[in-house]
Parts: sequence; structure tokens; C-alpha cells
Amino acid sequence: MSTATATALAPAPATDIVMATRDLWKTYGRGDTEVHALRGVNLTIRAGECVAVMGPSGSGKSTLLNVLGCLDRPTRGSYHLGGIDVAGLPADRLADVRNQTLGFVFQSYCLLPRTSALDNVILPMLYGGVSRRELAPRAIAALERVGLGSRLHHTPAELSGGQQQRVAIARSIVNRPRVILADEPTGNLDSKTTVEILALFQELGAEGITIVLVTHEPDVAAYASRVVVVKDGLIQDDHTQVPQVAARVTGGTS
Amino acid sequence: MSFFRLLSLALTALSRTKTRSLLTVLGVIIGVGAVIAMVSIGEGAKAKVAATFSSLGTSTLVVTSGSSSAGGARGGAGTQPTLTWDDVAAIRELPEVATVAPQLRRNLQLLSETANWQTQVVGSTPEWFVIRNWAVDSGEPLTDADVASQRKVAILGKTVATSLFGDGVDPVGQTIRLDRTPFVVGGVLAAKGTSANGQDNDDTVLVPSSTFASKLGGSGGIAKYLQGQLLVSAVSDARTAEAKAAIEDLLRTRHRIREDSDDDFTVRDLSAIAAAQAESTATITSLLAGVALVSLLVGGIGIMNIMLVSVTERTREIGLRMAIGARQGHVLLQFLIEATVLSVVGGLLGILGGLAAAKYLAVKFGFPWLIRPEIVVLAVGVSAAVGITFGAYPARKASRLDPITALRYE
Repeated sequence: MSTATATALAPAPATDIVMATRDLWKTYGRGDTEVHALRGVNLTIRAGECVAVMGPSGSGKSTLLNVLGCLDRPTRGSYHLGGIDVAGLPADRLADVRNQTLGFVFQSYCLLPRTSALDNVILPMLYGGVSRRELAPRAIAALERVGLGSRLHHTPAELSGGQQQRVAIARSIVNRPRVILADEPTGNLDSKTTVEILALFQELGAEGITIVLVTHEPDVAAYASRVVVVKDGLIQDDHTQVPQVAARVTGGTS
Repeated sequence: MSFFRLLSLALTALSRTKTRSLLTVLGVIIGVGAVIAMVSIGEGAKAKVAATFSSLGTSTLVVTSGSSSAGGARGGAGTQPTLTWDDVAAIRELPEVATVAPQLRRNLQLLSETANWQTQVVGSTPEWFVIRNWAVDSGEPLTDADVASQRKVAILGKTVATSLFGDGVDPVGQTIRLDRTPFVVGGVLAAKGTSANGQDNDDTVLVPSSTFASKLGGSGGIAKYLQGQLLVSAVSDARTAEAKAAIEDLLRTRHRIREDSDDDFTVRDLSAIAAAQAESTATITSLLAGVALVSLLVGGIGIMNIMLVSVTERTREIGLRMAIGARQGHVLLQFLIEATVLSVVGGLLGILGGLAAAKYLAVKFGFPWLIRPEIVVLAVGVSAAVGITFGAYPARKASRLDPITALRYE
């Protein structure tokens, strides 16, 4: 599967469009109780962009992230991820797309408890069919990339919030995804750690990974190169900006 | 994803909650252990019953004379001699009969140089050793020559030998007195222990039937009648019932008993008693195994319960696994394997525990320690089946979780 996806992704259009939705609808319920979470979203994201998705709660931004993350299917409309139409894929294929093309970072880190950082990072590779010999070296490389080379065998309980989120980021990049979807990644962190995590995202963005960042904090959105504001299931505002540069604090010991 | 990778995922998950896994396994250990122990003990008991009855010889029939009837008071089986030596000869000729041996019995006081002892003296022939399936430890059994020449030779049971001559002394060649008549000890019977109804088999003395009749018969009656019972061995276990019917027909004809009259003899089938005993043991074994199976079922429900708790507790983890690329099948298999590992580990430990318990009880109650390999294989199979069956629902529940809801689960 992994190779199949890779070849499917390789001949992407000459334009470097990673994600493209057209007239995306998501409707919950039926009849009188029908709720339109998304009402025709058109969104195109290019490789290497760092997009902050903002909007009040109930605006539909979470639904949009779920659809973009292939965790949910749109009721209507098309969604191309890396050149393939994923809106109509069966559940197992969607799982493979999530494994190979996407990385997830959550507000609450979502690390396996009582499990070492190394094993947490290895997890996505297990589902991706990476050979046994590659598992540890790749996981160690990912953890070193986020500055946790010295914390390989610590369990989440032995790590600070910022370090736990770094483990989660290492886990999200270990399968070399094209897009990282981050849902309020700094929601549980203090402002200093927040800047460190955002610096890490900017570095990954510089390496060509597309970042989609859901946040409700304008301070966080300021570090993105583009801000998309969702309201009532529609994109209300979409503009690019010069991102604020997050100076990385060395060491990553926060 | 390979099976071994899923297995290692499952093992890792189980090792995160060691105490809980251990306690869950305990239910299966007890269930499987109980099944193994109960079946093993049942088999041992059955073997012991069979061994006890085989001391009588298999396919043995006992023919007893009728009861005396004096003034309306009936004396019970064997009090009125009705079996004649001619009857014995006729029974011997039946095609269903392999051998016959008379068993003339009287309680007598025995004397050696130093001690005395009262016991049952049996008069019989060499066939007796065949029918009773009994050999001598030392000396020789009775011979046809002994019977023909009315030799005054006695074969002692182990208890009698010990009582008259003390432990560890070989009394062969010594002289004892039975009812004032001197007898030479010709041999000592092998020890046979307690009989099915609790009597000491070894408390007996055997003399030739001819000698018994002429020297020890007491006041007992006319020479043509048999003063006791006749042991009959059928040609095979299967033909025991046939032999019984043939003897009954023969004796009714020979004794000229009319259609509507009662028999003046009884024929008892010991193998039928043995079979009934074995059957009742088997019934109790099945009953115990049934109860033990219920406890295995309870163990299985314990696994289901813990797996359901685990699925609820690990909802977020399941959501995460799905988000990072686990297919529904992966989640289903992981939980199924977790449940199966728990039950199979429990099954293996249960077998060890059950065998140990069976060994202990076998030693305590003097049963043979019997392990039926098919029961062990069955126990492992059943415990794996328990894991898969009771793990299926929680695993399905886990795999059907919606990743979005699961990720938001608090």
C-alpha cells in the first residue's frame, strides 16, 4: 500500500497543490434536525504553506479539519489530497492515506501511557509496514529532529508538556508525511513553550512539509504564512501574511 | 500488518496493565485447572473402581444354592444346598463357560506353633486361581493332584500368613492345624488389599475342595451337594449375560423346576455390578467437569468484562491508532489477540495447576494419577475459544469506534 500511495502521489500536478476542496458540504442529521457544518468550502493549499485555520467554536473549523484529515467524509463535494480524490475512498484506504500522507498533532498530545517516547514514535510505522530493521533508527532520527535525542526511553509521565508535544510531532513526521494537521497544538502549553513548538513547525515547513494549524489564538496564527477564517460553515476570510519568526530556544529542554 | 507485529502490539498493551491482566487470567486459570483436576480425578477413581472389581476376575458369575425353608422362616441364599457336583460338571460343559471353580466356605480356628487366628477357609480347585485372577507370592498354587489325592495342603492369604507366622517369614513347608487337622502350608497368595465392599481379601485360606469336603465339612450334609458357591468364568466379558442365562436354563431343567416356580438357586453377575460402579463414577466425573466448565465460563466472562473496561479506558488510544493509520481490522485483531493471549496463558497455567492439584488429590486418596492428553489439548483449545468468543464483542466494539469521537473522548 505504501508504495502504491507513493507512486500515486509522485506525479502530482505541475502546480504544487497539496490539498484542494471544491464545494465541500458536511451535513449532520436529516430533515428538521439537519445541521450544515460545512456549506460549500473551497480551499486550496500549496506545498510548504503554513495555514492557520481560525474561527469561533461551532463555526465548522473542526469539521473541516476532520475532512481534511481523512477522518470524516464530506456529504457532498470533492477533496483532492496529493492529487488523488479521497472523498470516495473506502475506510481502509483512508486509514492508509492517513498513515502515509498525513501527520496528526493534538492539543492533548495523545501519547500511549506507560510507553517510551521511542515506542510511541515507532507506532505509525507499525501500521505502515516499515521493516523491522528501520523502525528504531527512523524513530530515533525523528526524536533527534525535535530535540529529544536524549529522552528516547522516557515515558510520557516523565516528560514535560512541551516535551510530550515534541514526541507527538516526532510521531507525526516519522512516516514522512506531506501534511501535518495540528489541532490546537499549543492549547495546553505556556507561552514560552508555545513559541518553541511553533518554531519547530516553521522549521518543518521550511523543509517542505505543509502545516495546517487549527487555533483560536491570534498570537499563534501570527506565526502562520496564511490565515483562513471559517464562520457558519463557510470561509469568511483567507489571506496570506508575513509570518512572525519564532526564535528557537536551543536545547529543547523546556 | 503481520500477525507477529499485532501480537507484539497486544503483548505490549497487556504489559502496561500487568496486575489487571494477571487477575483476569486468574479466572481462566481456575476454570481450566478445575476442569483438568476434576477429569483427572474422575479417571483415577474410575481406574481404582475397575482395579477393585478386577480382583474378582472379569466376567465372573457366582452360582449360589437356594434358601432353606423351615416352618415358613426362609434361611437366605445358600442355606439349603441344592447344587450338586453333577450340576457343576454340567455347567462346566456349557459352551458359554470357560472355567468353573467351587468355593466351599467355613470359618475355622487356625493354629500355628506360636499363634492362632480365625478366618474363612475356602475349599476349591486350581481353576479358582484363574477365575479370581490371583497368583501366589511364594510356594505353589493348588494342583489337580492335590484335589485328586485329597492332600492336606493350605494356601494362606497374606493377612493369615502374617498373623500366624509374623511379618516377613515365609511359612511354606510349615504345618498348621485347621479344626485339629494338620495341613502343610503350600504357598502364600499375593496381597490383594481391600475388596469392593471393604473386606480384607487377604484374610483367607485355600485348601483343595476334596480335602475340605472330607476333613473340614463339619456336620454338613450329603456328599453329592456342594457346600458353598460355584464361581463361573464366562468365555468373554461380552458373553457373561449369555452364560448367566444358559446356567439358569440348565439348572432349572436339571432341578425340574416348573414354569411358574421360583429358582432354587441364584446366579449373580459381578461384571454388571462393576459396570454399574464404573458408570456411577463416570456420572460423577461428568458432573464435576460440568461444574468446572461453568467456572471456565465465568472466567471467560471475566475476560470480556476486562476487555470492555479496557476498550472504554483506551478509547482515546484507539482513536489515535486509527488517526495514525490503523485499519478497523488492525484494531479488531489487536483486541482479539489480547483477549486470546489472556485466556491461553490462563489455560496453560490452569493445566499446570490442575495437574498439580490432581496429583495431590491422587496421592491423598490413593488413586492412580491419570492424565488424558486429549483433555489437555481440549483445555487449551477451549480456553483459546473462550478468549476469541468473549473477546469478539469488545474487539468489535473497539473497531467500530468513530476515530473523531474516540479522539475527543475524555
